[in-house]
Amino acid sequence: MWTILQKDLLLELRTREALSALVVLMLLILLTFTFAFDPAEAATAAPAVLWVTFVFAGLLAVQRTFLIERENGSWYGLLLSPIDRGAIFVAKMTGNLIVLAIAQVVLLALLALLLGVEMPRAPLALFVVNGLGLVGFSALATLFAALSVRLRAREMLLPLLVLPLLVPVVICAVEASRVVLAGGGAADAGAWLRVLATFDVIFTVAGWLLFEQLVQE
Amino acid sequence: MSLRARLALVAEHVLPFAATAAMLAALGCVFLYAPNERMQGAVQRIFYFHVNCAWSAFLGFFVAAGASAWYLWRGGETADQLAQAAVQVGMLFCTMVLVTGPIWARPIWGTWWTWDPRLTMTVILWTIFAVYLVLRSMGRDDAEIARYGAVLALVGVLDIPLIMVSVRLWRGMHPSVISAPKGQGGLEDPRMVVTLLVALAAFVLLFLWLLWRRFETLRLRDAIRRVEDRVMEARA
Amino acid sequence: MSRGAGEPAVEAVGVAKAFGRTPVLRDVTLTIARGEALAIFGPNGAGKSTLLRLCATLYRPTAGTLRLLGRDDRGPDVRRRIGLVSHQSLCYPDLSARENLTFFARAYGAPNPESVADAWLDRVALTDVGARPVRVFSRGMEQRLALARALVHAPDLILLDEPWTGLDAAAADLLQGILAALRREGRTILAATHDVARGLAVADRAIVLHRGRLEWESAVGADTPAALDAVTRRLRTPVAA
Repeated sequence: MWTILQKDLLLELRTREALSALVVLMLLILLTFTFAFDPAEAATAAPAVLWVTFVFAGLLAVQRTFLIERENGSWYGLLLSPIDRGAIFVAKMTGNLIVLAIAQVVLLALLALLLGVEMPRAPLALFVVNGLGLVGFSALATLFAALSVRLRAREMLLPLLVLPLLVPVVICAVEASRVVLAGGGAADAGAWLRVLATFDVIFTVAGWLLFEQLVQE
Repeated sequence: MSLRARLALVAEHVLPFAATAAMLAALGCVFLYAPNERMQGAVQRIFYFHVNCAWSAFLGFFVAAGASAWYLWRGGETADQLAQAAVQVGMLFCTMVLVTGPIWARPIWGTWWTWDPRLTMTVILWTIFAVYLVLRSMGRDDAEIARYGAVLALVGVLDIPLIMVSVRLWRGMHPSVISAPKGQGGLEDPRMVVTLLVALAAFVLLFLWLLWRRFETLRLRDAIRRVEDRVMEARA
Repeated sequence: MSRGAGEPAVEAVGVAKAFGRTPVLRDVTLTIARGEALAIFGPNGAGKSTLLRLCATLYRPTAGTLRLLGRDDRGPDVRRRIGLVSHQSLCYPDLSARENLTFFARAYGAPNPESVADAWLDRVALTDVGARPVRVFSRGMEQRLALARALVHAPDLILLDEPWTGLDAAAADLLQGILAALRREGRTILAATHDVARGLAVADRAIVLHRGRLEWESAVGADTPAALDAVTRRLRTPVAA
């Protein structure tokens, strides 16, 4: 698994495609929101804006981890190797998570800047709360993103497949963020975080177990 | 006689009559036997259908998840056909929940729709399996799509408890007009319990019968296609 | 030529493969002994690539049984001992040749992945371009890399899909040399090709696939080209299009 992760990160460093596209896209979405909200509403709307941006930009980023396997058929190279398919899933998911985590930092900074949202004194709490949400998002999105590895036309299906299942994550992450932004600590958002953590565990394990059956033709 | 043949026999001959009889009994109970509910009046009778539609939908989705798991690990088109049939029947009942819900809500709460936790959850569930149907329609003979559909069904059912919990927490944050939850604690009269049980039996039988019919349709459709393919090949 | 004792490398009984409703292979029964070299001929669409991919564990048969290297499963232990040379290089275009080979060597659990990768770069004459990204490679270079990638883990069963297509004379000689060495090491080789001459030069046995069926099978001898012509006439389609 580390081998693949290393390889993916190396590829990303080499081309820097995913991260730059992601950041630009997030910026654009945020800018659109800036026109939609007036500053007074910004604080309450912020977590929602955060997650809408994450989801749409994030889905594209996640798809990319599989699109890089399309050229020259390297996906089959991976399948031919003795690497456990569950490990491929975990590697891809972790790669996605790292990219999304970096994007989160940028996005939070942009939020503070553009929407004038006041960051809590301990921004780490906000980061953790959303990070938990991103883990679940990563697991779910990575599982279904493999659909686009063979046929490009299937890409439009990814949001359809992922979004309804993602509802618990969105609800909990948004509400927990709201708590933190209103001044509470991570502990205050306890109930939400428990659900998020459960989601993360269930879907990571599910993805790890299911991936083998999913990709075997 | 094989298990399959025995099941088919029961399903074809016994089930339709049993389901019809049970449903007639249920209708009788609901309209004649059960008393009027104290606060809601006669409208409350829709509860017996609404709740059972919900349970039937759940039953359908659980069967679909089980069949999907079987399909993923053991393969075989029978499992896939069962899963598809179960989702289709489940969606039928799920849609009925979303139809009977507002019909019930209007006279009671004065509004067609409300973000009641259970209704909200039903909408999300409906969407998940609607996507399943869309997905399957995009690749009727595609084994890859079948596999992704199976994963969707399985993961969708896994998601249900999480959706329930998060939606309940969410609604707890935004208390709405509803003070008395639907149907809960309202079954004071034992006659209501009896009615509910009779209706439950009727709906389960109906569900099984519909599932069987749908499964047979899908199975026959695939069998016919196979014969068609062989004929075409023989000609070529 | 010793055939190698023990379990056959490939044992297919009634193997069929369909994609959705489209059958590609029908009822193929074939046994390939360890250390044997098999040439697979047949027109386009006969199912040659599909057969190779089934033997590579990439596909599951829709019917029949397929045993690879004496095993029923398609797990990591089996995959470790199989190498597939495909039309595509299966390499990452933005990584260098060396990085690609090192990655795959590591993926297959080879000890000293870097030195193994370098050794193979040398064997396929790509050492000078080893550090350049695969994206800029010519077709011939890409194919040599594909060969190295498939062999970097010293597989026992080697599957080649149209390996001579698009190779220049020097590269073809290189391939011939490598195949000869593999044969000396007692490895099993399956090669699907349109190049009858080259295929027969390297094979012990040959089969012809047509419309997913095994139409002809024989040991390679002096009379084989004539026999293949007879098959072409019988099937009314060129065996090597």
